[in-house]
Amino acid sequence: MNRAISDTPRMRLVKTAAILTPVLLAAVAVGLTVGRQHIDFGNLLSDPFARTLFFRLRLPRVLMGMLIGSSLSLTGCALQALFRNPLADPYTLGVSGGGALGASIAIALGWSARVAGIPLIFLASFAGATAAVFLVKTIAQTGAIVLPGALLLSGVVVNLVAAAAVVAIQYVADPTSALRILRWIVGSLDVVGLEPIRLMFFLLAPAWLALLALSRQLHLLAIDEDTAATLGVNVRRCETAVHLLCSFIVGVTVATGGAIGFVGLVVPHAVRLMFGEDLRIVLPGSLLLGAAFLVLADALARTALPSSELPVGAVTGLLGGPVFLWLLRRRQQYSMM
Amino acid sequence: MKPFFEARQLSYAYPRGSLAVRCVSFQVPPASMTAVIGANGSGKSTLVRMLAGLLRPASGEVVLDGTALHAWEPRARARHIAYMPQVTATAFPFRVADIVLSGRAPYLPRFGFDSRHDRERAMEALESTGAAHLADRILSALSGGERQMVILARALAQEPRLLLLDEPSTSLDLKHRADLMRTLARLREQRGLSVIMITHDLQLTGSLFDRILALRSGEIAALGPPDEVLRSDLLADIYGEPNVRAQRMGNQTLVWIDA
Repeated sequence: MNRAISDTPRMRLVKTAAILTPVLLAAVAVGLTVGRQHIDFGNLLSDPFARTLFFRLRLPRVLMGMLIGSSLSLTGCALQALFRNPLADPYTLGVSGGGALGASIAIALGWSARVAGIPLIFLASFAGATAAVFLVKTIAQTGAIVLPGALLLSGVVVNLVAAAAVVAIQYVADPTSALRILRWIVGSLDVVGLEPIRLMFFLLAPAWLALLALSRQLHLLAIDEDTAATLGVNVRRCETAVHLLCSFIVGVTVATGGAIGFVGLVVPHAVRLMFGEDLRIVLPGSLLLGAAFLVLADALARTALPSSELPVGAVTGLLGGPVFLWLLRRRQQYSMM
Repeated sequence: MKPFFEARQLSYAYPRGSLAVRCVSFQVPPASMTAVIGANGSGKSTLVRMLAGLLRPASGEVVLDGTALHAWEPRARARHIAYMPQVTATAFPFRVADIVLSGRAPYLPRFGFDSRHDRERAMEALESTGAAHLADRILSALSGGERQMVILARALAQEPRLLLLDEPSTSLDLKHRADLMRTLARLREQRGLSVIMITHDLQLTGSLFDRILALRSGEIAALGPPDEVLRSDLLADIYGEPNVRAQRMGNQTLVWIDA
């Protein structure tokens, strides 16, 4: 039998997990050990300072990096498949910008309440992200076709308008709210204690699983919409589910960590280069590599400068921008970009 | 043989447009080959997209085994009907093997992967179109003709009873065109496959198809065996070209323009 057919997706998935799990563990080890403050791991349990530093700051920050990195990579991969556009990600499609605007409005209005245990700021961010994705799609859609160039341009415009609105809100908000909003502009993984991590995990994990459960449909949609429809995919239902799931995941991550750019672009393409185009492999692979990527990017952000920390969004932007341009240059390999 | 697939009074209009297809009715028996011909814009692709379930008719219905097409569960429907579009352009560099394997999607368990059986069926489909040597290649790097054969293999991997083809021979050279027709004829013999194919190649229709459905402005202008439809006067009317000529020679029909 031909090698291409005998190389099964199941084998490729096992290979992907076998390679990327150690990569993630190594990234976590790096993330936990590097930082401006040295932690004496030998005395972790006996030294209260080391314990506080590790359990209240370093560990939550690494876990936050994993959650946000996985979320952005997974949604980037799903949005690329949904729109059949290799340059799509939550940042380039304006989803992160919409989420940041929703979160900024909630902060400026002092919405600190919770609905069914979910902070209102998360819901506002989800609403902003959902509105952005529908707006961008509506602008880019002509009949049944979503024009790839128009999609990216409308995403850029939505991002710019959202960023301008965030700045305007920042100016009219009180100084405390203005300072909180400032972190949304570039993104940060600052977190104290494990409680916010627990909340995020319980919100994000079901949405991840739901998105992973759609991986076969997304794989067929990534080939071609008509192909997917004639192979048994309910295209409209799948599109709606992916829109809502991606908006929710991005909304929660943006409300917590801000608009961290390009993670959803860089990571899925790295997984594709290593393990092929099958979304049933690229989606879970992106989940693992996304976590590792953001933990390492944050470790770099924390240690790159001798006297202060860089925002992690600046590091991912500096790494992701050139990758975006490189993909743009490679567009002749793709027929529909 | 008893028809298993039927178009009943099908009509379709695009938003803010006039009717693209009007009251089209016909039946499809097993192991039959139907060519759909007509001028550009006559509604051929719209009709076939309705038959594939990609467009919902404005009125009328498509019936498969006595049940309206839209009432079928999509994956169950995909085990009976396969569709090959005019062009498949992928945004990502998919391998040919992955594309052909995707044809097995309707048979997979909801959260399962392809089985050995699925991979064997996919490989057989690729071999039957003469494209097995392309399995490791990237689809978007292939020529138009090679790409068509791969997409045909993907449709055949579905093991359908009815194959809908939208101008598959457009970018095929003479050899690939002959391969395509031989493959379809063999599958009809071996598996009882029925084929509905849009084509502008009238030479092809005369010898290989049981019947021809000719559309003019969305309506059926003629439906019958090739020797009844491929007539100079009828073709002149369908295509709006008074100088078209058709002449039956044995089991072939020669069609040309009398300049």
